[in-house]
Amino acid sequence: MKKTLFDKIWDSHVVESIPDGPDILYIDKHLIHEVTSPQAFNELKERNIPVFRPEQIVATADHNTPTQDQHLPVKDLLSRKQLKELSQNCEENNITLYGLGHPYNGIVHVMAPELGITQPGMTIVCGDSHTSTHGAFGTIAFGIGTSQVTQVFASQCLLVEKPKKLRVNVNGKLKKGVLPKDVILYIISKLGTNSGTGYFCEYAGNVFEEMSMEGRMTVCNMSIEMGARGGLIAPDQTTIDYVEGREFAPKGEEFEKMKAYWETLKTDEGAEFDQEYSFEAEDIEPMITYGTNPGMGIKLTGSIPIEGDKSDAKALSYMNFKPGETLLEKPINYIFIGSCTNSRIEDFRVAASYIKGKRKADNVNALIVPGSQQVATQIREEGLDKVFEEAGFTLRQPGCSACLAMNDDKIPEGEYCVSTSNRNFEGRQGPGSRTILASPLTAAATAISGKISDHTLTLN
Amino acid sequence: MEKFIKLIDTAIPLDAENVDTDQIIPARFLKATDKSGFGENLFRDWRFDKNGEPIEDFVLNQNKYSGSILIAGNNFGCGSSREHAAWAIKAYGFKAVVSSYFADIFKGNALNNGLLPVQVSPDFLHRLFTSVEKDPKEKFSIDLEQQKITIKSSGDSEHFDIDPYKKTCLINAYDDIDFLTSKLAEIKKFEEKRSGKESIPQETL
Repeated sequence: MKKTLFDKIWDSHVVESIPDGPDILYIDKHLIHEVTSPQAFNELKERNIPVFRPEQIVATADHNTPTQDQHLPVKDLLSRKQLKELSQNCEENNITLYGLGHPYNGIVHVMAPELGITQPGMTIVCGDSHTSTHGAFGTIAFGIGTSQVTQVFASQCLLVEKPKKLRVNVNGKLKKGVLPKDVILYIISKLGTNSGTGYFCEYAGNVFEEMSMEGRMTVCNMSIEMGARGGLIAPDQTTIDYVEGREFAPKGEEFEKMKAYWETLKTDEGAEFDQEYSFEAEDIEPMITYGTNPGMGIKLTGSIPIEGDKSDAKALSYMNFKPGETLLEKPINYIFIGSCTNSRIEDFRVAASYIKGKRKADNVNALIVPGSQQVATQIREEGLDKVFEEAGFTLRQPGCSACLAMNDDKIPEGEYCVSTSNRNFEGRQGPGSRTILASPLTAAATAISGKISDHTLTLN
Repeated sequence: MEKFIKLIDTAIPLDAENVDTDQIIPARFLKATDKSGFGENLFRDWRFDKNGEPIEDFVLNQNKYSGSILIAGNNFGCGSSREHAAWAIKAYGFKAVVSSYFADIFKGNALNNGLLPVQVSPDFLHRLFTSVEKDPKEKFSIDLEQQKITIKSSGDSEHFDIDPYKKTCLINAYDDIDFLTSKLAEIKKFEEKRSGKESIPQETL
């Protein structure tokens, strides 16, 4: 039978299928962090159940961590307690933790790929919906709730119904200045926030084939924003080159053996999908969002749709925008470049290349937060820190930061923030904050001019 | 986990679509390390203003509405995987949420906490909203065994789907952990079969 990439990985991880019920799916890697794991550890303790495969679990602290003075004790007492519990739980259960300040620490979806923990063909879960990021390597990776975190602790398995299969094809040549973030914002704006619910999405076509791993991670990261549990891209030479030589990647003969297997991981010609969409690369322009869900996106130079329903009216009222309004030239006081969507070295390179030799507008507060300690080091090694500093940007220490504003990195009430993160929900970046999602290039250009600007004008 | 068999109660109508988990429980309340207390901050920023005063317009603050059934607009529970959202809804006192569409992760989290997500057609959802807005004392019956939701006064009803395995779990208050830990021998066998090296399925070697 012809199989999709998704089928191949899923089927090889099914321990048992329950008649009229879910599959018992084996999980290769379980990533955990401080926010969604404590209640799971508590439940194990209460029920006297040991962690079944601690060596297949990796922990990091990222959601609830400060982005300055990480060497000092965390000031927020509740955050400190949560981090302390993570350390204790990992120690008691022999789980590897890359805590605050560790050279491997970072946002879970940035540090795991860069350490070679994420490898093609795996099943990976984490108590975080953006686990879909790891699908960039041709893995089945998805976010789970805390009850499921407990299940994986107890059995290294999950009870899950096999999702349906969706394929999104993008072929053609992307215009200059159109980044992977624009591609995924475009797809979500066309398909809507629940088009992927119940599906796993494979991204196919030359646009994804030509993307770097960083770009593929940005795309797969936002699969959940169209409701899909996960997204994945077939591994190829780009994937293999990225994984080779990384800390926890297989080495030598073992690597060659795995490589031969990874090369088999692609959708068979003629395999069937439950749903399929195709887009032309030439139609995609730099994108921004105007509303309170990631599907409410328009091209940077476009205007807010005039036709709308009750939800659109509510969103526009929250954002203080009007139907038909253009967002170009809108004054902006905050920009944020970071989050598991866009905090990898490539994102900072593209931002720095635009910023170099320029200075941010006086009204703008520009926050740069690397995804991991390794990215932070790379920023310094490449001298990008100087570029940001000279332009008046604030460079912080790694973490989830203003993407979800659990720490002090909040956007004030009523303020707009052009943000490279993944969610523009009401209050996501702090109570009353208004988020406009965009690529690192759009965020950088906005910081320089102090208003939403079309960076493509400088390209030609 | 509590059993869920049949529920007859009044409902609270939350007429908003794409209600995301950041609205259900904002991230700043996720610092707790136990499961208690989330009900107080359910829909925090819709329910209270910045001074902590209740916002009168919001349904949970309107005395005329009460009950353990939450009726909500399309695509409920989208966004973050935080199970805190299901805990908050449960802790506030809801036992079932009715919508025309649920986000995957939220649905799973709700089921794992004995909170029943009832997915109905957009038409029926509209009739539910109309009936509760017309008469806030209207009662609804949710019968899990029959997989049927009924508007009591009119008898108008609709069948709803649920995974048969999950239905058995809810009716008997079983959870997946009991089931999975009873399968450890099979899981170990599966691990051995995979030639001692992760990710390489037997058939491809």
